[in-house]
Amino acid sequence: MSVLTTGPVPAAGVTTPAAGTGRQVWRRLRRRPSAVAAAAVLALLVLLALAAPLFAQLTGQDPNAYHDDLVDSARGGVPLGSFGGISADHWLGVEPGSGRDLFVRLLYGARISLLVALGATALQVLLGVAAGLTAALGHRILGRFIGGVTDVMIALPMLVLAIALTAVVPPDFPRPLLLVLVIGVLDWGGTARLVRAQTLSLRGLDFVEAARLSGNGTLRIARRELLPSLAAPVITLAAIKVPTNMVIEASLSFLGVGVKPPTPSWGQMLSSAQTWFRADPAYVLLPAGLLFVTVLAFTVLGDGVRTALDPREGSRLRVGTGKERTT
Amino acid sequence: MTGFVLRRLGAALLVLLALSAVVYALFYLAPGDPARLACGERCNPQQIAQVREQLGLNDSVPTQYLRFLQGVLAGRDYSGGAGLVLHCDAPCLGFSYQNDRQVTELLLERLPATFSLALGALVIWLVIGVGTGLLSAVRRGGLTERLLTVVTLAATGTPVFILGLLLLMAVCAYLRWLPFPTYVPFGDDPEQWAWNLLLPWVTLGFFESAKYARLTRSSTLETLAEDHIRTFRAYGVGERALVTRHAVRGAVAPVIALSAVDFGTMIGGAVLTESLFGIPGLGKTLIDGVRVVDLPVVVGVVLTIGTAVVIAGAVADLLYAVADRRVALA
Repeated sequence: MSVLTTGPVPAAGVTTPAAGTGRQVWRRLRRRPSAVAAAAVLALLVLLALAAPLFAQLTGQDPNAYHDDLVDSARGGVPLGSFGGISADHWLGVEPGSGRDLFVRLLYGARISLLVALGATALQVLLGVAAGLTAALGHRILGRFIGGVTDVMIALPMLVLAIALTAVVPPDFPRPLLLVLVIGVLDWGGTARLVRAQTLSLRGLDFVEAARLSGNGTLRIARRELLPSLAAPVITLAAIKVPTNMVIEASLSFLGVGVKPPTPSWGQMLSSAQTWFRADPAYVLLPAGLLFVTVLAFTVLGDGVRTALDPREGSRLRVGTGKERTT
Repeated sequence: MTGFVLRRLGAALLVLLALSAVVYALFYLAPGDPARLACGERCNPQQIAQVREQLGLNDSVPTQYLRFLQGVLAGRDYSGGAGLVLHCDAPCLGFSYQNDRQVTELLLERLPATFSLALGALVIWLVIGVGTGLLSAVRRGGLTERLLTVVTLAATGTPVFILGLLLLMAVCAYLRWLPFPTYVPFGDDPEQWAWNLLLPWVTLGFFESAKYARLTRSSTLETLAEDHIRTFRAYGVGERALVTRHAVRGAVAPVIALSAVDFGTMIGGAVLTESLFGIPGLGKTLIDGVRVVDLPVVVGVVLTIGTAVVIAGAVADLLYAVADRRVALA
């Protein structure tokens, strides 16, 4: 089962970077309408998330300010007004129960989602590349050891361990940072395995051999010769990891072991939305829709990046490629 | 073949041993004093010291770990203070801080619910997933294929609780076809058991189905392209018989192998679905344990789930090797 498709190293890799120049990749990516649309959606979301404090000022709403006057306390805290209490002040209405502004809270939630997803991915890539390179280039025994650790990391149920780990961390530790660390440290096995396999196959190629014969040390070869050739597969994997990590953050927050209130997060909103199905459907649909669209956009963009970097590979999202990812 | 089996089982055992060591170290060496947690909020220093003595927390870490392993394999005794001895039977995972019950006992109570959930999901993905996959492999470019593409796209990465929430909202809150699910044990009322698990099954099975449909489709197509099928076709075997009698056989091996892995993962990994639908299974036990920092329960669940996943992985590889002898030879 755990057979990895390393893929043959492109013959062009000897003379030019494996995936073509950055400009070529960019052009290929732009030719895919789905990738462009996904990138546009994500760019908008990132802008909105960055501008969250600005919007908070513009609408005059603090994400954590309660508005008891905007919810109907006689009916258990249902927002007054239609569609969850939409008004000029509250663009997407207010949260049932607390009356906090939903629009601003969603934007602040986007910051958490993006921050944790990107941060965790960066950490995974860093650890994975370091472990993979060391396993492939280091001493034989060290290599076997790291390979074994990698296999164990891949075999373990990641979400379960992440949940369990949140139990033993002091409660005052900043939660977003904790999530980045937990996800990053638990889930680098895939990257390490990929980098190790790629490095092993690259190592025997002429250009690496030539660099070695010219008297370059292992570190220098790793940095100057191997890393540029590893960029394409690693970027591809990272692009696929971002939406996965975002889902893990949302899941942990949904389960109540991720981001703690009052810090807003989409998963946590969805968790508290469960009691408002009929009374305030907007409170369920808005965070759910945002999370769905964001994850979908990242997935489509990741697939676009993958095909742009390796045009011979078909789209992973089309059926029948036979190389499905299991989540 | 025997060599392959032994090697695979040895590797699985090693992974389990590594897991137990890592988990033990993480949870008992982490900041926060286990004795204080075990004793509760209103304990004075003397009581905490007494608990520490009882749990053997004064011994060196390797000794503690070995005693923990001994407990799992052979059972162990705790001194309950004042000459009292608490015996903990063979797979001993300690006592819950919350209610002083044996963790093993707690977990065994929760297992049927988790198993019920995983079983139904398995049936759904095997029937719907594999069925759709076969259909789209036989009729290439048809409607099922296009539908499959869309569902696959939506299902790739979408968190399972979004589908669950929307289903709950539509079916239970608005259409009122079903009441909000509450778990009923199979032994109490099989019919209610099934009705209450229907939505969780669909939630869990739906996304998995997309994966299995794609897997079935690609492996069927692969088999259909092989030489022996071409020979059969040349001899005049009909298309229907080719698919149902020959291609399916080749497609089934990866499906069985992946099903074993997923089923094992689900025994522990359906935390989200269990939590959303209030199913009192292993995943919910984990969440509850984490909320009150009940370390023995958390460690127990993680080890149980880890064991399930590792065994499932080994079983999958063995099944695969049985179906395809080339794997064992590699």
